[in-house]
Amino acid sequence: MIKTHRVRNLFAAPYLAWIAVFILVPLAMIFWYGFTNESGAFTVENIAAMARPEHAKALWRALYLSVISTLICLLLAYPLCLILTERRTGRQGMIVLLFVLPMWMNFLLRTLAWQTILEKTGILNTVLSALGLPALNIINTQYAILFGMVYNFLPFMVLPLYNALAKIDPSVLNAARDLGANEWQTFLRVTLPLSLPGIVSGVTMVFIPALTTFVISTLLGGSKILLIGNIVEQEFTLAYDWHLGSGLSIILMLFIIVNMVLSALADQNGEASAL
Amino acid sequence: MNKELISLEHISKYFDGQMVLDDLNLTIHENEFVTLLGPSGCGKTTTLRIIGGFESPDEGRVIFDGQDITALSPNKRQLNTVFQKYALFTHMDIAENIAFGLKISGKSKNYIQDKIRYALKLVNLEGYEHRMPDSLSGGQQQRIAIARAIVNEPKVLLLDEPLGALDLKLRQDMQYELIRLKNELGITFLYVTHDQEEALTMSDTIVVMNQGYIQQTGSPEKIYNEPENAFVADFIGESNIIDAVMVRDELVQILGAKFACVDRGFGENKPVDAVIRPEDVELTDPSASSLSGEVTHVIFKGVHYEMEVMAGGFEWLVHSTKMFPVGTKVGVAVDPFNIQIMNKPASEDEEAAGIND
Repeated sequence: MIKTHRVRNLFAAPYLAWIAVFILVPLAMIFWYGFTNESGAFTVENIAAMARPEHAKALWRALYLSVISTLICLLLAYPLCLILTERRTGRQGMIVLLFVLPMWMNFLLRTLAWQTILEKTGILNTVLSALGLPALNIINTQYAILFGMVYNFLPFMVLPLYNALAKIDPSVLNAARDLGANEWQTFLRVTLPLSLPGIVSGVTMVFIPALTTFVISTLLGGSKILLIGNIVEQEFTLAYDWHLGSGLSIILMLFIIVNMVLSALADQNGEASAL
Repeated sequence: MNKELISLEHISKYFDGQMVLDDLNLTIHENEFVTLLGPSGCGKTTTLRIIGGFESPDEGRVIFDGQDITALSPNKRQLNTVFQKYALFTHMDIAENIAFGLKISGKSKNYIQDKIRYALKLVNLEGYEHRMPDSLSGGQQQRIAIARAIVNEPKVLLLDEPLGALDLKLRQDMQYELIRLKNELGITFLYVTHDQEEALTMSDTIVVMNQGYIQQTGSPEKIYNEPENAFVADFIGESNIIDAVMVRDELVQILGAKFACVDRGFGENKPVDAVIRPEDVELTDPSASSLSGEVTHVIFKGVHYEMEVMAGGFEWLVHSTKMFPVGTKVGVAVDPFNIQIMNKPASEDEEAAGIND
């Protein structure tokens, strides 16, 4: 017994090494940089720097854009997944695949495509003017960033939601109808609470990359609209201030941890209470 | 007979052009335990789902208590269903599961509390209010599903193979439990199963179905002792179904030997099927019977021995508490009232349709 345990532990070694080298060490480095200045002395200045107006503004902008895009993704994905799971035609897997298909293409390419579509003389405005409609000024605005976020992150909402809804046994929905619930009551009291785990993981998987993105805002927001992700990126690649960059990411990490704790709580409540 | 409660009139149902039910007529009375019995794919579950409102028939009407409810949605029907896989709400505790229907219909808190307590007592699960469904065994979950259905005081309880997922011992216990429940509640049970023993144990009336047609309707005794066609005879219990000729009233020729029977009115020298249950075959001394043969197999089954006897070119299945070793020469005798005579179906289709109904 003891021997087989040892052998088994040996198999775990590569993963432990991976965790140490690629997760724990970088994390420790971020914290070390975040809490020191250039001379290596302890400081909280890098953390407090988040309060500077330009940083606070970028964080606030990133927060509300990612919240809005998460909501839009949820509102777009939920009805789709409901329709797909209710009509068990056997082709729903294909349709989900179509929604997820863009993920197979390079993220940068996809976002650049949106640039071409939304540009002042881009595809959208060409079509609009051909129809005699006024041109829209979307590129380099927050709307363009929202477009980019929703487009890029929608599959991350569709997949967990679809899985959660497909897992619901149709006879449970039949049981609700059988016990007198109409379709709306069945949705509110059975479908929605049972799909909560899918909602929670979908929200997490959209919100976190949306909050930290800098590629989407760089490509679709021009250089005018900076999100907190852009600030952190610039500290590392332009200003070479790793200390400030790390300090700001620690704050960002806090928001992500708060989001994950909230979703874990929501999930628990979803399991425990119905109404 | 009690008052008519449900009546299915000329129900037909197709799935993707495939006939599932064909011109089905069925009447269910108040306070009756009716079982739809048949092999999988015979249309019994579809019939139940049509009554429950989960499928709508392509033709025909469903009459409930004098009202045509064919187009009524499930939530407006005065009946409740116990589903095959329990279908409990896993995100609610037991009390909330049972209260579901009552909350929808807007009953008061006190009424709901009383009902939950009453229902849990009825299914012998007192004190389980705040357990989650996942923490219960299969048998307990099924009893909660029954409790959840009956608190709504339905006129009819539909049960779709509710014991199918339980092990044998538990299934037998639940059969008695269901009979007791039915007697205490005094409501109609419509039960679907493929298990003939379950059907014989619990039902007042058994409806044997095959390929979308009703083969025979009757009490368990009648279905077992007087099957109307070869399908019913074969499906309910084991039987010897033998080509025979009705010589005249009360005399049948089976495998060349003449047997006295009690059936009349088949005409003279008419080809028929004779059904003889294995436990009704008596093995005697070869000289005491006009049909004799030899024992070819013996298996001990606990209560009885199962033997195969080659006699008159037919392999007879015989159940007896008395064992005859392989190779014994025996005579085959049957009491007249244990021979069931059936008309031969004229064609395969008629066999499926049970035309001699």
